[in-house]
Amino acid sequence: MSLTAEQKHKFIERFNALVPHVKALGLRFHGMGDDWAALELPYSEALVGYPDTGVIAGGAIFSLMDSTAGMAVFTRLDSWRAQATMDLRIDYLKPATPGKAVIGRVQCYKITRRVAFVRGIAYHDDPERPIANVTGTFMLEDAS
Amino acid sequence: MNALEALLRQALAQGVDDAPLDALPYAAFLGLRLRVSAGEALLVMPFAESLIGSPGRLHGGTVGAMLEIAGALAVGVEQVRLERPMDAIAKPVNVTVDYLREGKMADSFASATVTRLGRRVANVRAEAWQEDRNRLIAVAHMNVMVASRP
Repeated sequence: MSLTAEQKHKFIERFNALVPHVKALGLRFHGMGDDWAALELPYSEALVGYPDTGVIAGGAIFSLMDSTAGMAVFTRLDSWRAQATMDLRIDYLKPATPGKAVIGRVQCYKITRRVAFVRGIAYHDDPERPIANVTGTFMLEDAS
Repeated sequence: MNALEALLRQALAQGVDDAPLDALPYAAFLGLRLRVSAGEALLVMPFAESLIGSPGRLHGGTVGAMLEIAGALAVGVEQVRLERPMDAIAKPVNVTVDYLREGKMADSFASATVTRLGRRVANVRAEAWQEDRNRLIAVAHMNVMVASRP
């Protein structure tokens, strides 16, 4: 039997509370739907990649999007399955604004028995003004 | 000269053994260190519990981030080598990471090669490994905006 949306939401919250790097980044649940998930990355001076301006590093957004993509894939599954990123591409469209949280929102737009395809954006307040765009492919491991 | 340029100049001239990258807060957050020996620059990401993304594995994002920073630094290294001015760390416009093997709970290493250094854009490839350099865990390619003084 398939997990309900509420059960998936709870699972994502529990999972994220247990993952050391997700905790280190401070990622928080932001939303989910039938084929998408969103996480929030709070601003932190520890994540600054460009000290002259206080803009956070691309790598922090890359990690946000990798984690969010994993959750997006989960929204398409009946139950949790381990998954591994095969490839992830990010385009940095504009610098993040210092002091502002970044939302990562990723859709799993196609899933097969073994492979999940994702696309998504990072933004502050307005998804029409994205900071970054990602596309990626995930390998699904066998259901345990 | 900024702190990063000073570090790269000194490292290339004298070699450096796992210098912390304090000039870049996020690099310090990942625990990254710069190693230059025999003219080759490597990034070292010592294993830390805070890098774990699922049981027994590094978070893929940390490996991607290390590759991206290795790529940006490689542009700086190339600028210093060619005696070109360097204003700040170069900014990647895009990064594509292929994950080849899981990142184990072990120290990771990355090196990057500038395929072409233009005046505005550099094309860069980077690779990451753990115990065995012949068993890469991830590779990346990226386009990087070159930051230079006018």
